Amino acid sequence: MTQYLLSVPMIDGAPPRLPDDMQQAYEGVARFNVELQSAGAWVFAGGLLPASSATVVRAQGGEVLMTDGPFTESKEHIGGVWIIEAIDLDAALAWATKAARACGEPVEVRPFQEIPEG
Amino acid sequence: MSAPLKAGASDVEQVFREQYGRALSVLVRSFGDIDLAEEGVQDAFTIAAQRWREAGLPPSPAGWIITTARNRILDRLRREASRPDRQAQAAVLHQSGEPEEELAVRDDRLRLIFTCCHPALAPSSQVALTLRLLGGLTTTEIARAFVVPEKTMAQRIVRAKAKIREAGIPYRVPSSAELPDRLRPVMAVIYLVFNEGYAATSGDRLAREDLCTEAIRLGQVLVALMPDEPEVMGLLALMLLIAARRPARSGLDDSLVPLSEQDRTLWDPVQIHEGQQLVRACLRRNIPGPYQIQAAINAVHSDAPTASATNWRQILALYDQLLVFDSSPVVALNRAVALAEVEDAEAGLAALDGLPLDTYYLLHAVRADLLRRLDRRSEAVAEYDVARVLTDNESERSFLEQARTTAAGPPSMTDSESS
Repeated sequence: MTQYLLSVPMIDGAPPRLPDDMQQAYEGVARFNVELQSAGAWVFAGGLLPASSATVVRAQGGEVLMTDGPFTESKEHIGGVWIIEAIDLDAALAWATKAARACGEPVEVRPFQEIPEG
Repeated sequence: MSAPLKAGASDVEQVFREQYGRALSVLVRSFGDIDLAEEGVQDAFTIAAQRWREAGLPPSPAGWIITTARNRILDRLRREASRPDRQAQAAVLHQSGEPEEELAVRDDRLRLIFTCCHPALAPSSQVALTLRLLGGLTTTEIARAFVVPEKTMAQRIVRAKAKIREAGIPYRVPSSAELPDRLRPVMAVIYLVFNEGYAATSGDRLAREDLCTEAIRLGQVLVALMPDEPEVMGLLALMLLIAARRPARSGLDDSLVPLSEQDRTLWDPVQIHEGQQLVRACLRRNIPGPYQIQAAINAVHSDAPTASATNWRQILALYDQLLVFDSSPVVALNRAVALAEVEDAEAGLAALDGLPLDTYYLLHAVRADLLRRLDRRSEAVAEYDVARVLTDNESERSFLEQARTTAAGPPSMTDSESS
């Protein structure tokens, strides 16, 4: 089994979705999460607050430097993630397809490094 | 007992072309590692090139290659027993307990095709991997055929293999539910390889003819592996019927000879026969698809002993059917050509209006031809000029230049440009 990160990239300042649309997405995601859990593929999931709420911490020698805002200055930031377990990429892509349908946003699939045994 | 015939370099070459993908796919399944399998098969062919020259071809060259490659890989793994990563990877992909019968070998090749053409890989990587792993082409050959620097192609292949390994792209035949989505890129890759070889936008000519041969070979493998898929048959038929016209397609000076002016006695009757039979066989299934329809269109062309005997009505009907599957402007352009034959040049011209193909040389070449037929010469000349600038292909350009000269006619005949 490999763990995969399914992340939902969001564009900062994109026009907000309609309330009905959002409600549908919430419900869809909730159903999807239940499906993940009952299939035993669930590891973790959660939505994130806007990137503007982020703080970056750098440890340089003895000093700690903190900066307001996200690390990347790009216009897109991760809006939410799932971590799932899947037998191979096809299985992960099948979950990602369901995730994308549920939340109505694109979903990026990325494998985690294997945890060395022992 | 008679002494075995000594094998020449071309025998080894032929076995290599025919058996490379088969041998590699078996070993990828056994060891779960593409790089390891490639090294093993390449080593085995190197040994074969020496041994077969003296001892002749073994009774089963493919079996010999697979066994030799397997032994080489096992030797190597034993030497590198301290490298558990290889074993771990093998465990990921290994399908345990399958006997190596013909059926299993068949499935192995199919697995490898679907792995190479996985939609999670970029199309350019799908093409490169398919040619490399199933066709046994070297990186140099693939780079030359696609007019890409060798280093770029090497990186593309390394990156694609890394993605297969890291992202966990499986080595298996998709389930029937996934099949339609997964078969599409496989057929697209094979057809792209064929077109790259046939349409030859630029590059080494011999390398490109190899691409056509390779695409047809892959098409034949796919038909043998998936005999119940009419679109797969349609794809092979399409390639055969187009390839059959190759001998008539270029003039002595290498310029392009259009279909209407080709010497049809030069067409390859074997390929036409095979292509037409496939078209008939797949149409009987009555599950039409874009490859079958395109094959049918080419079958109609191949049925006509002369250009004027072409059944354009049937071709027009087939293009109408094709538009249902593929409403792209290129299909609409081809339909306009057929319409001009069934009705007249005026109708064809009208059908070209509004097609978003301004940068496509063929749109301008077709419009130029229709204008010429309507005797609107200066407009025709202007369109030929645009078409000429838009193509990179030498033989197409020289064809367009000739056509332009003809359209311009003797100075006294042109309508506005006489000096």
